[in-house]
Amino acid sequence: MKPGNVTILIVDDDQDYLFQLQSKIQKFGFETITADSQKEAEELIEKIKPDLAILDLMMENEDSGFILCYKMKKKYPDVPIIIATGVMAETGINFDINDENNRKWIKADCFLDKGIRTERLKEEIDKLLMKSKT
Amino acid sequence: MSTLKILVVDDEPGIRSGVTRILRNFRVDYPFMDEAFDFEVLEASTGEEGIEIIENNLPDILLLDNKLPGIQGIEVLEYIKKKQKNIIVVMITSYASLELAVKATSDGAYDFIPKPFTPQELKSSIENITKRVFLKKMTNKLQDTGKQIRFTFLSLLSHELKAPLNAIEGYLKMIKERQQGPKIEDYDVMIDRSLDRIKGMRSLILDLLDLTRVESGKTKRDITDVDLVQIARTAMDTMRPYAIQRDVKLVLHGVSPLMLQADAEEIEIIFNNLISNAIKYNKDGGTVDCTIERADSFMVIKVVDTGIGMSQAEIEKIFEDFVRIKNEKTKNISGSGLGLPIVKKFIDEYSGKIEVSSVPDQGSTFTVTLPIEKPCL
Repeated sequence: MKPGNVTILIVDDDQDYLFQLQSKIQKFGFETITADSQKEAEELIEKIKPDLAILDLMMENEDSGFILCYKMKKKYPDVPIIIATGVMAETGINFDINDENNRKWIKADCFLDKGIRTERLKEEIDKLLMKSKT
Repeated sequence: MSTLKILVVDDEPGIRSGVTRILRNFRVDYPFMDEAFDFEVLEASTGEEGIEIIENNLPDILLLDNKLPGIQGIEVLEYIKKKQKNIIVVMITSYASLELAVKATSDGAYDFIPKPFTPQELKSSIENITKRVFLKKMTNKLQDTGKQIRFTFLSLLSHELKAPLNAIEGYLKMIKERQQGPKIEDYDVMIDRSLDRIKGMRSLILDLLDLTRVESGKTKRDITDVDLVQIARTAMDTMRPYAIQRDVKLVLHGVSPLMLQADAEEIEIIFNNLISNAIKYNKDGGTVDCTIERADSFMVIKVVDTGIGMSQAEIEKIFEDFVRIKNEKTKNISGSGLGLPIVKKFIDEYSGKIEVSSVPDQGSTFTVTLPIEKPCL
């Protein structure tokens, strides 16, 4: 699949992070749409179905990312979701997405730290897109 | 469907059967929770009986009356704390004494339900607790390692500290890679944004220092007779450049001297935060009125702005650490989310209180009442 036909939704309430991530992802060759709140994202996905979504965890509420993720999976079960957050490393909390118990309540396909290197991010996106299209 | 076990310890059979009846068909279901919860109610009429059930059939939630025939509720609570049982305890009380409430809270009680309670009061308390039980699953790993970290505060703090660093780092990388071409002017926006984020981080660190000061105890407090009007004037002078920039008028009402026994620096922090908020959340061309007056045995400070205002739901959240009201109107306003929690904590130190009233799009009023005679300073 050509990157140009792929639309990635990015949701983050930090306008700088949103801008930077968007420009990175555009450099990969993907189309992007953005929202800076859970609310705006919910409105956006009513109109557009993205091919992949990258969501911040803490926005209006501490768990905005989880709720948005839940709603997206309900609407578009086949769209892979990455939750990007800067929270986990410091608090010693590591969500293991492959853990059976965690999968029960977190619907995201992948968790990434916000400080992730650009190449790793590209790899993760490619991997998820590949999986969702087969 | 998961079932949470609720143990109700109360010597009144009516309360026990009431709880059982109210929760029999009650279910809690949140959009982000994968499973719904229902409840199984266990009953005990004495503290001793309650402890036996806790030992043999550990409940998730304990509804605990304090006045019991044998050992008291508070002793059951102490037992749970000593044995480190993982139970969320709600005291059922007629709010008999503040002392009891304080003691129970420090022994780990999570909530209070006043007696008598309506089915709705019980249900909404149980609903909150269920959400908490669910969220606890997230932090289980943390607790397994035995670390007693203040999870929320620290995770929010690390989020708030790391976000500006990530943003600045991101811009620096983009500049280093010359992503907008060779001309330095093309990077002005990125540089300005980076400087803004540094400014935000600096104010967060200063607020954290204030917070540490209030939470680390009273060792360095310097209580003297201070003139509230004088301090308010100083705070206004400090904020004036910012107010001029926003075209906001600052007006002080109050006849000097209005003396209070207090730590001048702490009072200044209270004024600084209230006045800077009143400017920050104002409209261009607006006004901030700060009134100080004596009413009986209290000093009353009022800070009134003509700004964007808040909804009732927003008012309820503003004294929590790191909470910042996020909406279209506040989008471009920066802040640490610690200003009002600090104000609240200082006011608590003086046995005072702070009240807020607000009308969206018209403005907010913060009223601080400080007792002049303080029993325990």
